[in-house]
Amino acid sequence: MPESNSSQYVGSRVKRREDPRLLTGRGRYVDDIKVAGMLHIAFRRSDYSHARILSIDTSAAKASPGVVEVFTAKDIEGEFNPVLAQSRMRDYQPTIMQILAADKVRFVGEAVVAVVAESRYLAEDAAALVEIEYDELPLVTDPEQALINSSAKLHEQMDSNVLLQREFNRGDVDEAFYGASVYIKERFRFTRKTSLAMENRTYLAEYNSAEQALTLHTTSQVPGIIRDILVDALDIPGSHLRVVAPDVGGGFGGKTSLYPEEVLAPILAKKLERPVKWTGDRIEDLISTSQGFDEIIDAEIAVDREGRILGLRADVIGDVGAYSIYPWTAGIEPVQVVSFLPGPYKIENYHGRVRGVATSKPPTGPYRGVGRPVSTFVMERLVDMAARELQMDPREIRQRNLVQPHEFPYKAASGIVWDQSGFTQGLNGACEAIGYDGLRRTQAQARAQGRMVGIGIASFAELTGIGSRLSASPGMPINTGTETASISVDSTGGITARFGVTSYGQGLETSLAQVVADELNVEISQIRILQGDSAAVSHSTGSYASRGAVLGAGAAILACRALDQKLKAVAAILLSSSAEDILIRDGVFSGPGSDEKLTFKDLAKAYYSQMGLIPAPIRNEIGELSATQMYDPEWGTTSSATHIALVEIDPDTFKVKVDKYVVAEDCGQMLNPMIVDGQVHGGVAQGIGAALYEEMIYDEQGQNLTASLVDYVVPSATEIPRMDVVHLDLEKPKTLGGVRGMGEGGTIGAPAAIANAVADALAPLGQQVTTLPVTPQRIFELVQAAKANQ
Amino acid sequence: MSNLKTISLTVNGEKVVRQVEPRLLLADFLRNELNLTGTHIGCEHGICGACTLLVNGDSVRSCLTLAIQVDGAEVTTVEAHGKPDSMSVVQEKFQQCHGLQCGFCTPGMLATAEDLLNKYPLVTEEDIREGLSGNICRCTGYQNIVDAVAAARDEVRSQ
Ligand code: FES
Ligand code: FES
Repeated sequence: MPESNSSQYVGSRVKRREDPRLLTGRGRYVDDIKVAGMLHIAFRRSDYSHARILSIDTSAAKASPGVVEVFTAKDIEGEFNPVLAQSRMRDYQPTIMQILAADKVRFVGEAVVAVVAESRYLAEDAAALVEIEYDELPLVTDPEQALINSSAKLHEQMDSNVLLQREFNRGDVDEAFYGASVYIKERFRFTRKTSLAMENRTYLAEYNSAEQALTLHTTSQVPGIIRDILVDALDIPGSHLRVVAPDVGGGFGGKTSLYPEEVLAPILAKKLERPVKWTGDRIEDLISTSQGFDEIIDAEIAVDREGRILGLRADVIGDVGAYSIYPWTAGIEPVQVVSFLPGPYKIENYHGRVRGVATSKPPTGPYRGVGRPVSTFVMERLVDMAARELQMDPREIRQRNLVQPHEFPYKAASGIVWDQSGFTQGLNGACEAIGYDGLRRTQAQARAQGRMVGIGIASFAELTGIGSRLSASPGMPINTGTETASISVDSTGGITARFGVTSYGQGLETSLAQVVADELNVEISQIRILQGDSAAVSHSTGSYASRGAVLGAGAAILACRALDQKLKAVAAILLSSSAEDILIRDGVFSGPGSDEKLTFKDLAKAYYSQMGLIPAPIRNEIGELSATQMYDPEWGTTSSATHIALVEIDPDTFKVKVDKYVVAEDCGQMLNPMIVDGQVHGGVAQGIGAALYEEMIYDEQGQNLTASLVDYVVPSATEIPRMDVVHLDLEKPKTLGGVRGMGEGGTIGAPAAIANAVADALAPLGQQVTTLPVTPQRIFELVQAAKANQ
Repeated sequence: MSNLKTISLTVNGEKVVRQVEPRLLLADFLRNELNLTGTHIGCEHGICGACTLLVNGDSVRSCLTLAIQVDGAEVTTVEAHGKPDSMSVVQEKFQQCHGLQCGFCTPGMLATAEDLLNKYPLVTEEDIREGLSGNICRCTGYQNIVDAVAAARDEVRSQ
């Protein structure tokens, strides 16, 4: 047990240590880094969604000022080993990553030619001069068409466009539906989105030919994963390949995958023996960064007279785009829709089927919430629709179906096991915080005046901090269940803690310093945190899937405990005491055997530098004053929350205004409540964006109609309401430190809460919300349809 | 393409004379020629606001401005608002209120905030949100940024 400190950092609103540099323009993002002799890459990308490449003429580009070299797929043949995302899923078909498109292109925006020049301006000038002749191939843009039509295949060598399929079964669904008093069947659509981190993807590769060593600076959430795959792809030993993610300007899932440009930059740096950088622009981001969601969900629910859910059925088509993304596979998004669909409810009879279909669009990958924003949207809509049929309050129907406090651990219909979590407390907490009953009365008055006002509830659960017993993506053969912390005291007493989990805005540098400071009983300013570098620890997969705090804090605690033993053993000798009696308080060692007190500096100097104080055999045994530990939470832990939104639809513009928003959540022990609130705010804002504004639109030719921020609309300060976040103080989970992951929850709950609120506002018109985003145009159409029905 | 133009301007209080291509964006000029990488580029088409900085005291999109357009002007970038150990009031409030996460939108937010605080009364929360609506932040959900600007307003006005 750690001794008590005069200050306890974990659980308090410690100011972020990363802020002073980020606030004063002294951060260090990849594009801020310049090295001598650096060249710049610009791409010529495909204008067609599905076409054969007939010829490429690079002569004009090569003659353009400042151009060093121009590369097509042929020019880099044999320079790398093929990359493909494997999975143990049955019936799964992987695709081979195209670093530059070889024979054909499979989405608009796929890179075909790379121009390397002395500046980004000159590279872009030359890229425009490349001439590519295409022969258009049959369109594969509609996932339902692509599913049945095997004549138009995106990948010729494959059996079909179906990259994966999976089913979940529990109980007897037919039987359950037979006995139902209310039965709802609906087709839902959750359209394609994008992470839209404010920093675009950027890669800088440097190759040192004398040492045959490569360094890649990348805007990545997962430098460890990138290092491991590049070792295989480029045949460079891991000891010679370093992947660094310095300050990263947001990620949200869009920076968790390996990208062709990220492989190409190292290839070209090696080939040209010059550092090369690619700085993506926003248009490239919108057409080539992994996209999110995009499913069609046919779902049915059966409910008895008391509102109890008897059965649930869903058939999901996921439009996964052209390639199965590395390392997550095309399964990560759509499979989670089906595995999480039963949500926090007791459902004994479930059948879910999902098929991931390749289309000629950019690949989908993880985007904040992954699958669960969609499953929660569908489930919460179904529950509300059933409640409406039964004339039951939405709160009541949830209360009756949620897993109750005494029923944990609960094995959900898809096999996920929920450990103890505040499902019902979240619902009650949110209702209380927003004043639910009063709000219903206010709504009734507003309705009586003809105003379109709605209240929407969404309850959900998520599995966070997943350990090695599960994979973060179905069937993926990569261990995503452990993380490493390495903490050392140097010869001056300096404490450095190295982590594999990375930060791209979540403030982990601060949160992890809080954990280490508490565990070692030292002043927080004494601790330096290093992360975002594959060389920091031997193995890491980075930050995604709400794991950073859970696994990072767990590893920190284990490493601190091991280090603590070493430090106390040394202190015991220096203070003529025994290790068990040594106390560390505010960074000072003391013991009953002596009045002397030692700081970390005193102890380190005595141990490392002053001859003769520590007997050689003991030093040989203790070794360096450092400890490296891995943490594996095995299964992970359940975070849960209920969101409630109050919205009003403008009768003239059909714009939705969110007037109130409340979140009540159980995220276990908070490391830093200020940071936790910030994560919730940001997550909810993205969820509101997904519900009301954001949509990646592809026309039937596969052209992206939303390739600018004018067309892909994300919310600004005027579209996002003030949010009230309630943290439930409940029994802590069994993870080390009692931490649950919470980075994604905001985005999981918000689309459903907003959809239910808009549906509630439209309820008097008898219209349903089945497609997100529910834009003014879509609301207008619903209102028109209601008028036509009258 | 080598019809270089000479520009002379003041950047963060220092006189700068350079020869530049007419097409060079102000954002690229600052980042690449002067190594002032605090100015961030998020879209290069005038929507995200990440590149916002102050030209003669007014907030300006440096991705929509050519370097030659600021010939003779006074440019202030985020580097000059304050230093890590002596931050400006607005910077301090951003830290206190947790008005930043990844920090990428932050330089633009700070420039916009300075401009707003100088020119408008910013009486209500709506006024602040309206004023910030040309700057996208993907991380914070805006609430803490709005609070930071309100806190800065209160502090500046009470002095
Ligand atoms: S980079 Fe200038 S507005 Fe986005
Ligand atoms: S702090 Fe990341 S975009 Fe605003």
